[in-house]
Amino acid sequence: MPRQVIIDPVTRIEGHAKITLTLGDDGKLQDALFHVTQFRGFEKFVEGRPLTEMPSIMARICGICPVSHLMASAKACDDLLAVEIPSAADKLRRLMNLAQFVQSHALSFFHLSSPDLILGMDSDPAVRNVIGLIQKFPDRARDGVMLRKFGQQIIEWLGGKRVHPAWVVPGGVNQKLSPQRRDEILAATAEAMKIARRTIDWFKTIVDKYPAEIESFANFPTMFASLVNPDGNWEHYDGLLKFIDSKGKSVVEGVLPRDYDKFIAERVEDFSYLKSPYFKPLGPAAGIYRVGPLARLNCCKRMGYPLADKELDDFRGRAGNPALSSFHFHWARLVEIIAGIEGIQRLLDDKEITSDFVRARARPNRFDGVGISEAPRGTLIHHYRIDGNGQMRWANLIIATGHNNMAMNRGIKQVAERFVDGKKLTEGMLNRVEAVIRTFDPCLSCSTHALGQMPLRIELRDGMGNMVDELCRS
Amino acid sequence: MTVPTIVPAQSFSMKIDGIDVSARAGQTILEVAQENGIEIPMLCYVEGLSNWGGCRLCLVEVVGQKKLFPACSTAASEDAQVVTNSERLQRYRRTILELIFSERNHVCAVCVSNGHCELQAMAQKLGMTHIHVPYRFPSHDVDSSHDRFRLDQNRCILCTRCVRVCAEIEGAATKGVSGRGIESLIINDLKEAWGDSQTCTSCSKCVHVCPTGALVEKGTAAAEMAKRRQFLPYLTVMRENTP
Repeated sequence: MPRQVIIDPVTRIEGHAKITLTLGDDGKLQDALFHVTQFRGFEKFVEGRPLTEMPSIMARICGICPVSHLMASAKACDDLLAVEIPSAADKLRRLMNLAQFVQSHALSFFHLSSPDLILGMDSDPAVRNVIGLIQKFPDRARDGVMLRKFGQQIIEWLGGKRVHPAWVVPGGVNQKLSPQRRDEILAATAEAMKIARRTIDWFKTIVDKYPAEIESFANFPTMFASLVNPDGNWEHYDGLLKFIDSKGKSVVEGVLPRDYDKFIAERVEDFSYLKSPYFKPLGPAAGIYRVGPLARLNCCKRMGYPLADKELDDFRGRAGNPALSSFHFHWARLVEIIAGIEGIQRLLDDKEITSDFVRARARPNRFDGVGISEAPRGTLIHHYRIDGNGQMRWANLIIATGHNNMAMNRGIKQVAERFVDGKKLTEGMLNRVEAVIRTFDPCLSCSTHALGQMPLRIELRDGMGNMVDELCRS
Repeated sequence: MTVPTIVPAQSFSMKIDGIDVSARAGQTILEVAQENGIEIPMLCYVEGLSNWGGCRLCLVEVVGQKKLFPACSTAASEDAQVVTNSERLQRYRRTILELIFSERNHVCAVCVSNGHCELQAMAQKLGMTHIHVPYRFPSHDVDSSHDRFRLDQNRCILCTRCVRVCAEIEGAATKGVSGRGIESLIINDLKEAWGDSQTCTSCSKCVHVCPTGALVEKGTAAAEMAKRRQFLPYLTVMRENTP
């Protein structure tokens, strides 16, 4: 069972994390820094490669969300080819992306975060993992495995394999969906919806048991960003970028993918390999924003699916509109699973989904191309430049976890202020620091927590930089 | 009036892997083995082109001789006893493959020829599980200047099939080899960009005889570049029989 959650290799920020808490002379927390210590280099080593290879190369950034990178990369390539892909290809890509949402959200919620929620934040770390979950609550664990399997199975049926399918290509997809396959997927949706239904119903009964966590898990006013469709509703694959402020008011909307860099700039910090994007017009200090399930629910008018819309009303009624606590990423994820399954059903009911025409052929027709899609973790931007022969000259990737970097940094500070006692670190505190990061579902938590081998290291330093205490789990 | 008579080629017998086989004068060990259904691994050899003997995968043992012989370019001889598949040969062949893989940048997972590549298939067949020599990670350019095709030096194994098919079948002799040893590169004309070549006829034969993803059609994504080379033996026969 644990093999299902070992992710190797994962995203460009995947790997070991380090947190530095700096204390003042009075023993109170001065600063908290979240370091991502790994460098991947995808933007550099793709230089010189043909653009047609990009989706497959970029998919290797992640083992959990390769589909998301396939989508954003293929869309950037579509932009370079300057083609409108066939309508059936658009629908098939959407189908796979929704399957990706369901499987990735199931992984985040059940395998990685539910041990905290079900077994307790302060429970024994030796069993506070997916194995402990299976032993104590086998039905809940089975639901998680089955829901993830549902999503992964669709990805395999469409693309030939579950991880890194080479099916999404510039111009569309390279194989149609057969009517038999469509019926098989459709048949599996009923059970998936039952699981999603009972999970969200159960979550709504336990969410109120975490008032301290809701209050302190990156709960502060920030902007939010996500794609929305032309009607302003929830979007996961293609759409227009929207930013709202912490009151829910639109700051800018209708941003075309090609214009993303008018609104997003990246700051480089010397303590982390992960860059810190911010809303350009407001600058780095005020331009902090969050992406991901919470942001998507905050930015959209409606989900666009009947069951998910009911859940959205419930969510907004209880968590706020916009919901500001990152603890509610969990709930938002469950709402998106419902929307994902409804979306899959709707796409499969469309006759065009089995069309033969699934790929547009074209040569490179532009030198600059941008593709933006929503990954389960948030807005994913691929921006490529090519030469006249179709070879890559430059790439810029802004990954969901990157958008959330400043919020995660502020989040660990908030949770540390609330739970750290100044002189001595406790395991429960360590777990809450992990858990606040985990709400964002960044890829760096994916490969670690579920095995019970979180290589997270926390150093407690005084104002002079001397180490007071250190806690390591490896 | 003279009646044309068919002079039977001189034939003789030899042993391959302990099996008595008959061979004709002028045949190579590889040809005799193939006629008798005995498989010898090879990468640079392709039916219909001249023998090159460069990849050394077809090395075989000849009883009584210390050195190994490339089956593709060693003439079959009477009463010779050939061994094609000893443990030593398997080890050597795997090492040859490891050297080929380490020499350039063969990244199967994202290669357009993934699943259709002779090098990849050979590695699987011969049980190559690891590369025991350090990768060289050379920095090689990709030439996409041709309207339809691409030359990716990173995936090239220098089998020279492209050079031979271009000269021997198409008659254009666009492709050549520059440099020596490990610095060798496949070039077009006098090391020009392929798109600038005055001699290339864009016939695509080089693309389809290439065993790897070094010569491919543009526009193909990962795992989409399947080669079609059934044409080659027919073309050769047609050429030979044309007065």
